[in-house]
Amino acid sequence: MSGALSLSARRTPPGVFVALVLTLAIGWLIVTVDGGRLFSLQTTVSLLHVAAGLGLVAVGQTLVIVGGSLDLSVAYVVSLSTLVAAETMAGDDGALLPGIGLTLAVSSAIGLVNGLLVTTARINPFIATVGVGLLLKGYLDNGYDGPAGKAAPALVQGLGYQRIGPVPLSFLLLLAVAAAAWLVLARTRFGHHLIAVGGDPEVARLSGVRNNRVLVTAHVLCALCAGLAGVYLASRLGAGAPRVGTEGLYDLESIAAVVLGGTALAGGRGGVVGTVGGVLLLASIDAIFNQLEVDVFFKQVIRGVIIIAAVAVYARRAMRKAS
Amino acid sequence: MRIARPLRLLEFRPGSLAPIIAILAVLLVLLTARQPDFLSPPSLMSFLGRSAPIILLAAGQYFVIVSGELDLSVGSLVTAQVVIAARLIDGDPSAGWPVVVLLLAFGIAVGLVNGLVTTRLRVPSFITTLGMFLILVGAVYLWSNGAPKGSLSEEFRRLGRSGFEDVPALGRIPYALVILLAAAVLALVLTRSDFGRTLVAVGGNPRTAELSGVRVWRAKTMAFVLSGVAATLAAILIGGYSGVSFQAGAGLEFGAITAAVLGGVALGGGRGSVVGAMLGALTLETLFTLMNFYGLSGALKPTVQGAIILFAVAAASFRFPSR
Repeated sequence: MSGALSLSARRTPPGVFVALVLTLAIGWLIVTVDGGRLFSLQTTVSLLHVAAGLGLVAVGQTLVIVGGSLDLSVAYVVSLSTLVAAETMAGDDGALLPGIGLTLAVSSAIGLVNGLLVTTARINPFIATVGVGLLLKGYLDNGYDGPAGKAAPALVQGLGYQRIGPVPLSFLLLLAVAAAAWLVLARTRFGHHLIAVGGDPEVARLSGVRNNRVLVTAHVLCALCAGLAGVYLASRLGAGAPRVGTEGLYDLESIAAVVLGGTALAGGRGGVVGTVGGVLLLASIDAIFNQLEVDVFFKQVIRGVIIIAAVAVYARRAMRKAS
Repeated sequence: MRIARPLRLLEFRPGSLAPIIAILAVLLVLLTARQPDFLSPPSLMSFLGRSAPIILLAAGQYFVIVSGELDLSVGSLVTAQVVIAARLIDGDPSAGWPVVVLLLAFGIAVGLVNGLVTTRLRVPSFITTLGMFLILVGAVYLWSNGAPKGSLSEEFRRLGRSGFEDVPALGRIPYALVILLAAAVLALVLTRSDFGRTLVAVGGNPRTAELSGVRVWRAKTMAFVLSGVAATLAAILIGGYSGVSFQAGAGLEFGAITAAVLGGVALGGGRGSVVGAMLGALTLETLFTLMNFYGLSGALKPTVQGAIILFAVAAASFRFPSR
């Protein structure tokens, strides 16, 4: 059993990293020919910042997708979390820890609701999490017209802008969270159970896995990650932003990053390492386009094509391996 | 015991229409209690006309969902079609019908691409249509530099906003309602045809369908094309009724999917009826009208929508455990 499991953890395809290196190499060439610099300090830092926000959400998303579920409410959880964090802190360093604590508590509670709807109420995850997302959207639309609250200055200076060399603190946070999630998936009983539930729920149940408990935990962890992303965005913006999650397309982009990273949408296969690669790939494309001053709308078109093409390449390779 | 012919509609998928009819009935009772003349012909006709686009989209989505896929691109397709129509017509009254034909061709093309990428390149439809969503939104913004150009002619808008006047007993019958009824009949005929049954078989068990000689890819691609056509019809009606904007189709994909699920169509494929999907859409629209009559703030709309969807789907899944 451990052989099969470490395989599924190791099977995280390096493909996405090959794509990442190729993208960066080609991007660097084009940007250089264009007269710009892709790896300037400023570009690198902003690339890593973009990766940090999306990455936190995507790591959580990986856990639910591996378990065969899905979370489309993350964008709203991110928005709500920036508000909870910034309003609790209200610009006071003394309220830093309570602010973070409350944010994480609120987001895990939402994850718990998602998990219970999917497992106990047996609602399809797509519908359940869109439904919860709509509930949150209504609350946000009704209560907020614009930014509110004020993040604690210490948070802004720390998580928001502090960096070690070119590496922002927030990116280190992402790496830490990703490492923790990797450990959980590859080394813990819960992780093994989660992969089993995603692979074949019936077999998992018959082998004594408590499917519901495992899936609920995955949903809570996913929402927790989205809450963390919210805290990070509050630290960047200095305030709570009721629409930052949806405008950043965090729901769809996080899923795209997970799939780019080689995790099967149907569950049971994949891992966090690939997801981090997927996130870096999306962030690199963003950075290259920014350097080339590509029209934002054109950027979106290209991004759509790239996501489809990349996943198509994976599908082909998977088919060849299977045959 | 022979079952009388008219009951066949309800018998088609045992019980699956009962919950949605019950919910719709309750909502209608609540509506008439608040607004006794709601069921009078003029207001009922205009309500049905207004609901036509989302009902059309739900019918289109039915074909895709029942075949085991998902179309997240319909909202962006509606937006794209409205913007394209405005730019091509640019107030020219004679451009109406040629543009309608062109829009239909574009809708079919988008459906074909969605279908072929999903079936031939084996990209999960979630990713394919999400990519198409990004591409379409980016492309229309790019094409019109961020603000819709041109305008729809009165002739073009007539389909969405006018109707047959002075009909005995009913008063005015909106063209939208006529188009909807024609499409509904066509959809019903399609579901009863070989194609419709094949599609359900494909969604229920693609492997079995494949082995029994069905060309799965062709059936699924057709489903995406139908969804593209439905979105085009919806776009023509929406453009006529509410005019040109980048928000014309925003969120319609989730509306159509939830409507279908509300009407008993199982995500994952193989179960449900097109009538159910359309009734689901009608129920959602009734719900929104009810909320308006009770003076609920527009911003709270999503919250109530989310709660109702969760409740309805949970209730349905308790009675009909997933297969």
